[in-house]
Formats: sequence, C-alpha cells, structure tokens
Amino acid sequence: MNIAEIAEDIKDEFDMFDEWMDKYEHIISMGKELPIIEDKYRTEDYLVKGCQSQVWLSSEVVDGKIVFKADSDAVITKGIIALLVRVLSNHPASEIANADLAFIDEIGLKEHLSPNRSNGLVSMLKQMKMYAVAHLAQNN
Amino acid sequence: MSSTFTEINIRRIRNEFPTLDREVHGKDLIYLDNGATSQKPQAVIDRINKYYEEENANIHRGVHFLSQYSTEQYELARKKVQNFINAEKEEEIIFTSGTTDSINLVANTFGKKYFKEGSEVIISTMEHHSNIVPWQMICELTGASLKVIPITDSGELMMDEFKSMVNEKTAFISVTHVSNTLGTINPVKEIIDFAHERNIPVLLDGAQAVPHMRIDVQDLDADFYAFSAHKMYGPTGVGILYGKEKFLEDLPPYRGGGDMIKSVSFEKTVYNDLPHKFEAGTPNIAGGIGLGAAIDYMESLGLDKIANYENELLEYATPILSSIDGFNIIGEAQNKAAVISFLVDGTHPYDLGTLLDQMGIAIRTGHHCTEPLMNRFEIPGTARASFAFYNTTEEIDYLFESLNRAINMLR
Repeated sequence: MNIAEIAEDIKDEFDMFDEWMDKYEHIISMGKELPIIEDKYRTEDYLVKGCQSQVWLSSEVVDGKIVFKADSDAVITKGIIALLVRVLSNHPASEIANADLAFIDEIGLKEHLSPNRSNGLVSMLKQMKMYAVAHLAQNN
Repeated sequence: MSSTFTEINIRRIRNEFPTLDREVHGKDLIYLDNGATSQKPQAVIDRINKYYEEENANIHRGVHFLSQYSTEQYELARKKVQNFINAEKEEEIIFTSGTTDSINLVANTFGKKYFKEGSEVIISTMEHHSNIVPWQMICELTGASLKVIPITDSGELMMDEFKSMVNEKTAFISVTHVSNTLGTINPVKEIIDFAHERNIPVLLDGAQAVPHMRIDVQDLDADFYAFSAHKMYGPTGVGILYGKEKFLEDLPPYRGGGDMIKSVSFEKTVYNDLPHKFEAGTPNIAGGIGLGAAIDYMESLGLDKIANYENELLEYATPILSSIDGFNIIGEAQNKAAVISFLVDGTHPYDLGTLLDQMGIAIRTGHHCTEPLMNRFEIPGTARASFAFYNTTEEIDYLFESLNRAINMLR
C-alpha cells in the first residue's frame, strides 16, 4: 500500500469511534503495544526535544526505502507516533517528501501536531520529511 | 463578617467571569491553570472596552482634552498599584510589559552599573526562567557569577545554605516570593533582613504572590518587587516594577525613546524624572487602566478573603488527590499557595493533561519554565493544578474523578 492508501485505512479505523474516550483508548493501546524503538536509539543523539514530552527518532534506508523508528516517553504521543510511522515508514523518499498528512486533521488529532503543544511531534515530522528530501537530493 | 467566601459568594463571583461559563470539548470548562494566567472579570473587560470606545488618546503629551483625560486615568492606575502594594510613593511604580520585563530592567540597569568581575548574584533553585536568564545574561556581560540557593525535598529554601552563601562578593539577591511550580511561599522577609544587614539589595519575583495575598512592600522592605497584571485578573502585556526611590533615582535608564526624556539634542539628552525615566515609548495605556480595574475588583472581594478561601481549596484538594494510588505531590512546603504539582506513578503528565483536557479540565503540564527545578527533582515535568478564588470544591471533586478515569485509561 502507498502512503495515501494507508492514511485512508487509518481514517476508516477512526470512523468507528463516536466517543473521544474510545479514540484515545485506541491511541493509548497503540502506544502501549509497540516497542517501536530499540534501547540503543533512546539516547541524546536521537532525541527530538519537546517541552511536554520527548521523542526519539531513527531513520535508515533499507532496500531503497526509508525506514523510521520512533518512540516517546508519553504514551499518547507514542500512539500518534505509531500512526505516523505506520503511514510514512517503509516508502520511497519521493513519496515521503510529498506525503499529505491531512488524515491527522480528519481523525481529530490535529491539536497534537500543533507547535503550541510542544510535544516533539512537529519537530519529528519535520525531521522525517527532511531526511527524505536530503536522501532525494543525494541521489539526484 | 465571614473571613472567607460562602457558596453564594462564589456563584456570584463566577458569574462575573464570562470565560468560566464556556464549554470545551462539549464539557463545562474547569479552569485550573491560574498559575499561567487568570481569567478576567467583566469589570476589567468593560473598563478596557470603555477606554478604546470613549477615551483613547496618547498620554503625557497632549494639550487636548482626551490626552489629558487618558493620562489622568493611566496615572490613576499607577496610584491604585501604589496603594495596593503599599508603596511609599507613586514614583516608585514603573509600568513594564510583565514580570519578565521588570526583572530584565533591574538586571540591565543595576547589573550594568554595579556588577563587576567576581561579583556574585544569588537566586534559588526554584526560580522561573525569567528570574534566571536575565541574570545569566548580565553575568556574562560583567564577569559576575550566579549562586543558587538549594532546596529541600519538600521544596523549601535551605536558609542556612543561603546565609553561608552571602559574602562580600554578593552584589544582588533575586528570589521568587511564591514558586509557580511548587507553590512554596518563601521566607522572603528573613532573606531581606539578612541581606540588608549586609547592605545587599533584594528583588522579589511576586508574579505568583500578588494574585493570592496582600503584599506590603514597605513591611517586606523589598528593594524591588516585580509582578504581572495578567495573573491577577488584569490584561496581558502589563507588568509592574516596584523599586525604592533611592535605587530608581540612582540607576540609569533601561530603554531610550519618547516619554523618558526631558530634553534631547544631538549633543546631550536629559532624562525624565521617575517613573517616566524607565517608561520609554507609548505604554500599554489600555492595559494599565485595565490593571487598575483588576485591583478595584480584587479589593472589592477582599484580599484576606481571597487568601483564606484559596487556602481552604488547597486544604480540601490535597488529601483528596493524595488518596489516588501512586499520586505524588511535588512541593510540600509548610507554607504553601494554592498550587498542586503532581506526578502519578505509571503515567506521563502529558498524557494526563491531554485526557483531562478532553474532560473539560485545563491544567498545565511540562517543566513550567523551571527546568533547573525539574532537574533538582530528577523529573521531566509535572502536571499542575493551580487554583483561584473562583474555583470550587465541586471542581476539585470533578478533577479527582476525572484523574481516576484518566489513570485507568493509561495504566
């Protein structure tokens, strides 16, 4: 599936929730389930510093696709990271660089991606896109 | 007359704050982020509107009626501040843009004039960044250094350590009156007395004190006292620096421009008298007048009643919240303002804050602009509920229920 298709899938998933609590329980369970990053990445080098919560991000190229791994100390942040990684990871750089992330808004989680929130997610997304753009530039 | 508010009082008071009447995420707003900023009563909102609708003119410089009138209103606000904190003279009240600006003013004038290589400035571990960074900046410029008073695990200043820190190199002491994160009310009078025996001036950061208790700068004998209008039910963008006349007269101006001069020529500028010497440019006129209305409002409620009622809220909330499994309060000083900073085992403050927000409750999470304090406790941040006189025990009950709900979702 490409990025747009995965985003559609996630939208369908979230359409099932009428109550905010169900939605957040889903995010929390995603945050709890996924040990998305190995301990070796939970260091200063991989830290994307937020004022409210911390995010760790690693990026690498595997078989021509960019693979992201990320984590957070806050479980809701981690749940949203799980969504973003599910959408953006394991795709070609060009697709990531041009990815439309409007789905976050459509599933009612836009506030978490506001710079005001200062939870590290905005900086993380920026770094993901920059990594893809840099990779493209390198290979052109 | 009772020395606190009754239920009827509180209902009437709440009706005077339009924001408290709104909903967020479809729930009644429970506003417990008063440490960040307070809500504004209708009287303050109306006063600011009236200024813009009927009185707007620039001040201190016009022969015309409106300029004269708005000048009088603005200066009346200064007089109200003077009476409110019992300053000896109205010239000792400098309008600034906020507590941060007030502290920067003192650091940049006193520091520039008196700090030199080897000078020491004493602050404390529990300072807000705005009472750390201005001093760091001036230290860098002058070769002075910062000395930091340590605190106990309960969040109180170690006074013996403080006293042993003071020496002939100590040039200035700047400490918070009430901690924004811990709620600790510091023994500022003891600090000032000790400093004055050694001729060392003291600034108090009163941003978190003024909204909650009666301040008497003469009784405290503070040399400088800084606070913000927006935390005391007034508008944003206005702050106060109280300074003893002898210091303010002695210090050089902070910013140059209009209003702070007597005469200007390309050869020499003669500075204006106090307080205008420190008030360059057109000030926040509406804000100053709005602050005057906020002071009237607080006085009408009674500052002692406000303090007593908020203390009742703290005493009500502390045992109830502490009964939650794994609930840890950060800041358990004997003498404490109505602030509860907390962590709950197995949860992150960001997650708690996010879920409480969905339930209509506004609290603050994070490091509260006190990163060194967070490092002292070796924690990334806290969740903080900070109360005001319009909060109720019912709201605290709802906070308790909602916290339990959030914790259940997170654990």
